[in-house]
Parts: sequence; C-alpha cells; structure tokens
Amino acid sequence: MYLPRLRTRLARFDVPLVCALLLLTGIGLLGAYSTGGEPLLHRQVVRLLVGSGVMVALAHVEPGNYARWAPWFYVATVAALVAVFVVGSSAKGAQRWLAAGGFQFQPAEVAKIATPLMVAAFLAKRGGASRLSVVVGAIAFIALPVLLIGYQPDLGTAVIIAVAGAGLLFIAGMSWRLLAAFGAAGLASLPLAWYGLKDYQRERVVTFLDPDQNPLAGGYQVLQSKIAIGSGGLYGKGWLNGTQSHLDFLPERSTDFVFAVLAEEFGLLGVAVILVLAGIVIFRGLWIAGQSQEPFGRLVAAGLVLSFFLHVFVNVGMVSGLLPVVGLPLPLISYGGTSLVTTMAAFGIVMSMFSHRRLLAD
Amino acid sequence: MRIPQSKPPGVGVEGFARPTGPLPLRWRVRLVMGALALSGVALLGKALYLQMNQGDFLRDEGASRHVGTVNSHAPRGVIRDRHGTVLAMSTAIESVWVDPREAIRARSRWPELAAVLGLDASGLDRKLMERAGRSFVYLRRHLDPETAARARALALPGVYSEREFRRYYPEGEVAAHVVGFTNIDGAGQEGVEVAYDSVLRGVPGAKQVIRDRLGRSVEDVQNVRSPLPGQDVYLTVDVRLQSLAYRALKAAVARHQAAAGSVVVIDARTGEIHAMVNQPSYNPNDPGKRTGPETRNRAVTDVFEPGSTVKPFAVMAALESGAVQPQSVVETSPGRLRIGRNVVRDRRDLGPLDVGGVIRLSSNVGVSRIALATPPERLWDAYAGVGFGSASGSRAVGESSGVLKRSRQFGKFERATLSYGYGLAVTALQLARAYTVIANGGERVDLRLERGGPRAGESPPVTRRVMSAATARSVLAMLEAVVEAKDGTGRRARVRGYRVAGKTGTSRKATAGGYEKRRYLSLFAGLAPVSAPRFVVAVVVDDPRGKKYYGGEVAAPVFRIVMSDALRLNAVPPDSSTTPPRNAASENYALVRDSRG
Repeated sequence: MYLPRLRTRLARFDVPLVCALLLLTGIGLLGAYSTGGEPLLHRQVVRLLVGSGVMVALAHVEPGNYARWAPWFYVATVAALVAVFVVGSSAKGAQRWLAAGGFQFQPAEVAKIATPLMVAAFLAKRGGASRLSVVVGAIAFIALPVLLIGYQPDLGTAVIIAVAGAGLLFIAGMSWRLLAAFGAAGLASLPLAWYGLKDYQRERVVTFLDPDQNPLAGGYQVLQSKIAIGSGGLYGKGWLNGTQSHLDFLPERSTDFVFAVLAEEFGLLGVAVILVLAGIVIFRGLWIAGQSQEPFGRLVAAGLVLSFFLHVFVNVGMVSGLLPVVGLPLPLISYGGTSLVTTMAAFGIVMSMFSHRRLLAD
Repeated sequence: MRIPQSKPPGVGVEGFARPTGPLPLRWRVRLVMGALALSGVALLGKALYLQMNQGDFLRDEGASRHVGTVNSHAPRGVIRDRHGTVLAMSTAIESVWVDPREAIRARSRWPELAAVLGLDASGLDRKLMERAGRSFVYLRRHLDPETAARARALALPGVYSEREFRRYYPEGEVAAHVVGFTNIDGAGQEGVEVAYDSVLRGVPGAKQVIRDRLGRSVEDVQNVRSPLPGQDVYLTVDVRLQSLAYRALKAAVARHQAAAGSVVVIDARTGEIHAMVNQPSYNPNDPGKRTGPETRNRAVTDVFEPGSTVKPFAVMAALESGAVQPQSVVETSPGRLRIGRNVVRDRRDLGPLDVGGVIRLSSNVGVSRIALATPPERLWDAYAGVGFGSASGSRAVGESSGVLKRSRQFGKFERATLSYGYGLAVTALQLARAYTVIANGGERVDLRLERGGPRAGESPPVTRRVMSAATARSVLAMLEAVVEAKDGTGRRARVRGYRVAGKTGTSRKATAGGYEKRRYLSLFAGLAPVSAPRFVVAVVVDDPRGKKYYGGEVAAPVFRIVMSDALRLNAVPPDSSTTPPRNAASENYALVRDSRG
C-alpha cells in the first residue's frame, strides 16, 4: 500500500534533525543572496535540491551496506586525493579541485565522509579501539587522507578529519593510557609540524597569536570580520544592510566569512539562532548515535556529527577571532556546492543509522 | 535502552565480540557532548564579547572604515581693479586621475587614453606600472572639460576626473607682480593672491559619503556643507594706467639696456596705489616659465640707496629745526667738502646757492652743509617721519621696510652722506610714499592696495602730520624749480599743461665692500599738479648700461609719460597756462616708439 510505505519512508527521517538542517540551509540562502544577489541564490538553491536528494537517497541505504562499501569508497577517495596532485586544478595557491564530467568537486570534502566510514567499519570489525594494533591501524587509515589533504594544502579540512578520527577512537573505547601516549606523541611532533607548514600558514598562526600586530596583512580578514560581527549589535543592521560586507571590506564574504555577514546583518540574535540550530543538529546527531544498536552505526553517526561540529566550531572560531584563520566554510550556510552536498550526504548517512534502528525495533 | 554492554561476547559479526570486554560508550559519548557544549558556549561568549563589550568600539571602527568626507572645490574669488576690470578669475577645468589598481585591468587600452590626453603612451604605461600599488595618480591636471569628457567616454576602469578651478590672469605680465599667482592647487603664492588668500579662497564644500574598500564613493549620505565661493577683492590699481606705466618702463629699460626697473603711482590724497609695475616681468598664466628674479615685486621687495631723491627731506629737517631758512645761502665752492678723511663732491663747482638752488642743481656739498647744521636727531626724525625704515601699510607681499639706522655715534660724514641718500635703503614704494608728505602739505598717508569695494566699504585714508605745512610748501616750490627752471636737473619730467615738482637721483650701486665704479641707479620721484597735488610717481631704473645714466636723463622721461597718463586718465584739470595740453597721448606714444628704436 502506498500510505504505509509513505509512513515508513517518513519514519526514516528524524524530524528535529531535518528541520534544523533545513533552517540552517535557509539562513545560508539569505546569506548567499545578501552577498551575491540572485545568481548566487539560484546556484545555491540548485545545490540545495541536489543535496536534499542525496540526503534522502543515503538515508534509505542499509547501514550494513555502508560497512561493506566503506573500504571501496575509502580507496576511491584516496585515489581521487592523489589524482588531485596529478590532474587537479589549483585556486589561490592550493590544489584542491578535481574536474569530473563538467563539474568540479573537492575530493577532500568527500574524504570527510569516507574516512569516518572506513575507520568506523574497521573499528567495528575489530571490536573497538582497545588494542594497540587496532588503534595503530585506525590511525593509519586516518593519517593517509589527512596527510594528502594537508599537503594540498588544505589545513582546515585535514585538521577536521584528524580530530574527528581521534574522537572516533575515543568513543570506540581507546584506553586512557593509549590516549595519553598518542596525545603526548602528537604534542611532541608539533614543532616538526611547524616546519611542515607553508609560510602563509605560519603567518596565520602568528597572526592569530597576536592579531593586532599586522592589521594590514594577515590580521586584516579577522579584524574586518570582528568589526562586522561587533557592529551588528543585538538585532543587526538588517538583511542586505551590512556595510562591511557590502562595501567589499570583508574578504571571502559569501563563503568562509559568511558568518560575519550574517552576524552584522542579523546581530546577536541571528548568531544565537545559527548556533542554537547547529547545536540542535549536533546533539540530535549524537543522540542518534547513542540510539544506534550497531557499533558501526554508532561510530559512523558520532564521527560524522563530530566532523560537522568541528566544522562549525573552527569556522565560527576563526571568523570571530577565537582560532587562527584556516580556509573552512561554515557547513550548510556558506556558499559552495561540494560542502553543502557532502554535509547533507553525511546527515543522510546519520539518519540511515537512525531510521534502521527504528525499523528493526518495529 | 539497549546498551552495548548488554550484548554477550561473541555474538554477531558486527558486534564487539572481543576479549577486551564491553565498551564504555555511553559515558564517553556524554563526555564528548559535554566538550562540544563547552566549545559552543565559548563561541557564543566570544560573539557576545564582540558585540556587547566591544560593540561601540567596533561599530565606530566599522563606520570609520566606510563613512568618509569628500571635499569639493570652492571657486576662488575674482580680483578686480578699481574700475572692476578682471585681473584674476577662476574657470572650471577638470583633472583626470587614475586608480592604477583598477586600471590595470584594461592595460591594453591605455594607449587610447594617452592619445586623448596628449600623453606619451609608453610614458603613461611606465608611470602607471611604477605606481601599480597606489590608488590615486593624476594623469593630467587642468584639462578643458571637453578633453576630460572624451577621456571619460573611453569608459576605462579606474579612470576618473574631478572638477577643479584654474586661475586666469587676463592682464598677464602687466599686473603680474601686483596680482601674483596661485599654485596648481589654487593656493595663493605671490602678490594679492597670497595676501588676500583667506578672502579669495572660500570654503570647500563637504559631503559625507559611504566608501567601499577601495575608497570609491558609493553613495552620498548627506551634504555637510555646500562650497562657499571665495569673495572678490577690489584693488586700488587702475589697469589702464598700469599697462601704460608698464609699457613706458619696459621701453626705457630696453632703451637704456638696464637690468630692471620699477614704477609706482600713488594717489597722494588717499594713499591708493594706482599702478605698480616692474621689469623684468613674467606671464602668470604660464607657470612653467617664471623664474625667481622675474616674479619678484621689486617695487616693494628690493631696497636701494635713494641718492639725491632724499635731499628734499634733509632740507625739510633743516627748515623744521630752524637751522636754515629757504633764502639762506650755502657756499658750495669749490665743489668739494672735506669732512675728516672723506670728501663730498659735486659734479662741478656750483658756487654759492640758496636752499632752493641746492635742490634744483642737486648739490651734494650744499645739502651736506645744511645737514651738518641740523641737529642729528631732527634729520633722523624727518626720514623716519616720511616713512623710511617702516612698512607702507599696503599689505603688499614681501614688502621690505628698508634700512634706516638710528645711531648716536653717527659721525659727521655719515650725517652728510645720509643727506644725499647713502647709508639708508628704501623701496620704490617707500620713496613714493615719502613724496606724499610734500604733496599733502606735511601729512604722510598710509598706502593701500585694496579698495573698499563691496566687501569692506570705503574707509578714510590714514594720515599723520609729520611736517609743518609751511615747510612742505617751500620744499614743493623748490621741487617745482627742479623740473620747471631752465637749469633744473629734472627738465625732462615736464608734463604739458601741468605744473610738475620732482627730484632726480643717480645713486652708485653698492656692492660688497664698496661702490661700483660705473653701475648706477637712475631715479626720479615727483608729483603733479603742483597747485593741488594729486599723484606721486616714483621711477627706478636699475643699472642702465647705455651712455645715459643720470636720473634726469633715464628716469625723468618715464616719469613724464606715466604722470601725464595718470593725470589724463583721471581727468585732473590742468594748472599751467603757459603750455596748454596738446595731444598728450600721441606725444607719449611717439616717445615710446622712439624709445624702442
């Protein structure tokens, strides 16, 4: 029958999660129109439709299939990351893009899904992250794409995948002793990492530590975005009335710094709405992870939600001057196709874990 | 709740069926949730901090980054002569400027722009590439609006024009020293342009605009202030007399191969300067070509030793002190007077002379004897009284006060030389002003260059009595004899139909360490008509290198032309019945033509 089928189909969606997601993308559309007018809005709407389709489709896939496909997906992603260096196109000094059949995409964005899937499948299969060999294996799976992406260089994405992977290990039961050991090793390697950074990345870190020292160069973006955020006031200057953004003061205003635009135009209220919606998405996602019966589903959901959280945190943190500038979009809100589609795909997968839990329970 | 721990070990492929035991997942997830919540609070706190704590500061910062003030040029006031003829006026022109950062996009079309603006294409390219990081570079300033419009019509990115005002000086070199000029930004640099700059300048308009990151005005917010045009300035100068005087002086300087010269015409009753001309001059409309010596308004800036032209004032001091009477006789034979180790000389032995004869024949020996009979303070008082050593009140730019030292240690020889015009320095303007004392029956008048006009209203002349009327009257009579008597030194200063009084002067030019052998300054200062003095004219011709160099030969003819023009232009009634005025004008021009030949 049609009706029951519809009901079961609807049941695959977690209503609070979907509502919060759609509201966030709606805010994103407001931001796109404000910063780029109708052309940006139209393109973003198309991407939103594509993303929604992908989300719906992925929500219907059985979790078991994800576990089975995860290795292949992972291998394909790593291959794409390698291909970026060979045939990729560069923008703003970094090779990130791969053209495939008329449209471009960033394999690094796909890696944000593929890596948690692979690690979750691996950990689930090996019964958790309690043993050293498993932890080392998982870290290897995480490190491969992280290094490839970090070398593009796309430091922000690399950090997010790495930290989300670490979160996965933690949730999967990595022992405190191992945690402490690897943490110490990580800290010890920080100076080494400093040498691995490109000049402009180092400058960003220095600028972050002392932003007012060089207001014209590295600190400019953050200073302008702080001005944008700070001048919004409680209710903002009103949609389309932001001066810092509309007068070209704010860099990357439709993409990475869209949060500052929205903060200026909608004020503290708008900021609170965005953060609360993001909070709903995150906690609902983690709740779903907790509800999952399968370790794999639990780990995948947790890993993807963690990745989303890190995205939001790093972006808002960078725009408001809490963190150094790394080029990361604000998921669901920033203008840009790959990020929107992959984020919605990730939540499709999260909901797949959710819906199948309920179906099993029925 | 289904909790993972409840799963028995070894069940299912996907379960955690390993000997390590159950996973402590719930509290770990909670721990993660807590960490995330904390981070979220940190974000919100940062935003709150920015908006609440620093909100005002950042709002101001934001405003300061995009709200700006744009000034608009105010048209400069017009400078007019005493009859309203324009001496300086501003016309709207445009300046084309470029923002190289934008313009770089259309570098291939720069040659078109260069062609329209009349610039060298490769030079333009080099100029803009060198300044690629700047945001404002003038390409051509002061273009006619049509050319600027054609440049704009190219529609190149980053090419703009702005309205400015350019100064035009219709009278050119004739009035250049009086009027002065402005720099390219419209600020007065010389002459009346700088002396009355605050009046002429006006107040630039201002409006608040919103600027974008590149500083372009995007939107007008409000008009803070409309530009307030500068006010007009009316001068006492009569441009007709000014140009006649200029021609006469230029001709004389050329004829006598002189280095420079000045003529000043003053209305003795009001102190108004009717003409002030200098040679060499310059074209104020051509800023590229002027040089320092040309731009100097010598009549007020250059000082010289006035020679015999000050003898009347030495005589006035003597008459005032009672040391001599007009009919007193002074022995000048043998044409030499030894004072200590120095000797005062005349050109020849003039024999015994009355005081008038000393003036008429310009005897150095005679005036020295008269001065030595006068108390030193009285001589000095007379010189200071007629205005030597102090500014004329004209507000002329760069005016020198001249040099008049007062010293109790003045020796006899110093007093003697002072009486025939050495040991003090005056300007042409001061010399003319001193003669107003004789013209005005003993009253000195402050000079002025600005006429009340519509701006200030007329104000009475500032006068001060410095001599008795009787003294002035008797010296006036002596000066008339200089011009009118058969043996006077100033015969060439006679003007048909008018009684003229004046004094010649020929002073040796001073150099470092002494006086030049054959370098002179030819001077003449005088007034007319004697029956009711109206105009004072002073003529200085610097360093005539021809055969003639006496003031009576070089400067007096210039005086004659300028004085007759001044009297005629102002319709002064003739006071001489002996020689009725024939066609004075044609006679003067004949003289000018003659001077050129």
